[in-house]
Amino acid sequence: MSTHQIRFSGFGGQGIIRCALITGKALSLYDDKFATMTQSFGPEARGSACAAQLVVSDDRVLYPYITQPGVLMALSQEAYDLYYPELPEGGALIVEEDLVKLKADHANLKLWRVPATRFAEELGNRLFTNLVALGFLTAVTGVVTADAMKKALPGLVPDRFLKINQKAFEKGYDYGVQAMKMSGVTA
Amino acid sequence: MNIKTVPADPKGVDAGPHFMDGDHALAEGALAAGCRFFAGYPITPSTETFERFAERAPEVGAMFIQMEDELSAIAANIGAVWGGQKVMTVTCGPGFSLMVENIGLAAMTETPMVICNVQRAGPSTGAPTLTAQQDMMQARYGPHGDNAMIALSPDSPQECFDLAIEAFNLSEYYRVPVIILTDETVGHMHEKVVIPAADQIKVVPRNLYNGPKEDFRPYKFNSQGGHPMARAGDGYRFHITGLTHNEKGYPVVTADQNKIVVTHLMEKINGNADDIVRLDEDQIEGADVVVVSYGITSRIAVKAIQDARKEGIKVGSLRMITIWPFCEKRIRELAGKVKTFVVPELNYGQMVLEVERCAGGKSKVISVNHCGGAVHDPEVILEAIRKGNK
Repeated sequence: MSTHQIRFSGFGGQGIIRCALITGKALSLYDDKFATMTQSFGPEARGSACAAQLVVSDDRVLYPYITQPGVLMALSQEAYDLYYPELPEGGALIVEEDLVKLKADHANLKLWRVPATRFAEELGNRLFTNLVALGFLTAVTGVVTADAMKKALPGLVPDRFLKINQKAFEKGYDYGVQAMKMSGVTA
Repeated sequence: MNIKTVPADPKGVDAGPHFMDGDHALAEGALAAGCRFFAGYPITPSTETFERFAERAPEVGAMFIQMEDELSAIAANIGAVWGGQKVMTVTCGPGFSLMVENIGLAAMTETPMVICNVQRAGPSTGAPTLTAQQDMMQARYGPHGDNAMIALSPDSPQECFDLAIEAFNLSEYYRVPVIILTDETVGHMHEKVVIPAADQIKVVPRNLYNGPKEDFRPYKFNSQGGHPMARAGDGYRFHITGLTHNEKGYPVVTADQNKIVVTHLMEKINGNADDIVRLDEDQIEGADVVVVSYGITSRIAVKAIQDARKEGIKVGSLRMITIWPFCEKRIRELAGKVKTFVVPELNYGQMVLEVERCAGGKSKVISVNHCGGAVHDPEVILEAIRKGNK
């Protein structure tokens, strides 16, 4: 049985919860996995670091919360500062390269950097940052298939922005595939 | 038990696979079961059910009212039932406390309704955003006086959907308030929820009386369910009161009549426990230790059980889907056959009291209590299983 634990983090408004919803839907409806999503909730989660967690398994998820994440996506400095110390050796760390200043070289992690906000702005609006980051995560981690992610989008992004969100996803995905080639690392 | 069912009204059924949280699944289950009226007052962590129902109500043709508080919310629901509607409301501990008086009225007047308590850590306002299972006894003994209740506890968003339908069906047949005791964790976690096609969903319709007007009686004190109701305004003469009443509903305040009414209210549930109680059992046969659990805690317990089995301990799982009436018969059957019952719950020890009562000293009972705010560490349950096996 293989289990993955993914933490999506950033600041409120970046679409962090949406990232977890899309990935969870993709995995459990289209990739034939079990996925349980929980999110940071309560006064402490308002207007600051925002996080959503996904536990993914081939069998039913029993314990719904993260015990040790294998993948951390951090789209803000605060989220990175808060969560990177919990990544174990060999874990995947994905950061927004223009927003996060690294505090270590993270030689013991698989470190991936993506200018998601810049790419989103190139597509017309920084609102698409989360989809760029998700495309990138899909490519470099391999925990979910790109096909499933694309199928999961309708219903979770507004209809009139579906195409541009798909484009943002692809932009991030292609950049991820390229980054993999450059580094010679496999997911 | 031979209860008449019909397929669900497709209007309320959003068929297909979804990635949905438990709170939303409760609202979808209610709509699929034919609930078309919801009066409530929002409170964390149940508000998502409230929002979902409000959003879907215009599509489905249901009525949604945000009332000024929980007291009026439950009262509006009772009124809507006697107007012919199937109703639901959601709340959590503090709101449930406010509803308790009128839940008693609903029980006394045999008014079917579903009340979801998405439990959060108490007492009082407590920790609004944190999980707990501290209202188990309140669901049964909240209202004053003697009246039996039905309560169900889902362990997943899928079961929130499934049990919402079951709650409505039990409620309609036994004409009793049915409480769904879920919690913040199940309420807020998203998982796959498959909603079947409408023709695959069995719904107990409102049993409306259609005989001669002069023969109509809103009550029959026979310790059974299945007695028909009438809608206010349809021309049947009857009376609804919280006072002890006769079969026409008029007050008869005597010790003899109280015996008739109370016996009926208790026995229509407890006397039919075999038909009502649902358990999910795993490897109980030959087990030395049986873990008795419910709701979110049962999932954590399964993790501990799997680890215990790896150590060679013969441990079974008894998950209570029905909380009330309590699975008395099953625990009595197992008492003496198993060494120990281990009872983890997110409270200071509530359902464990029932397990102890029914174990009657023939098996050891270990309470794995918790003050709420988080789920158990599976290791703590594992340790109790090890202790129980000694």
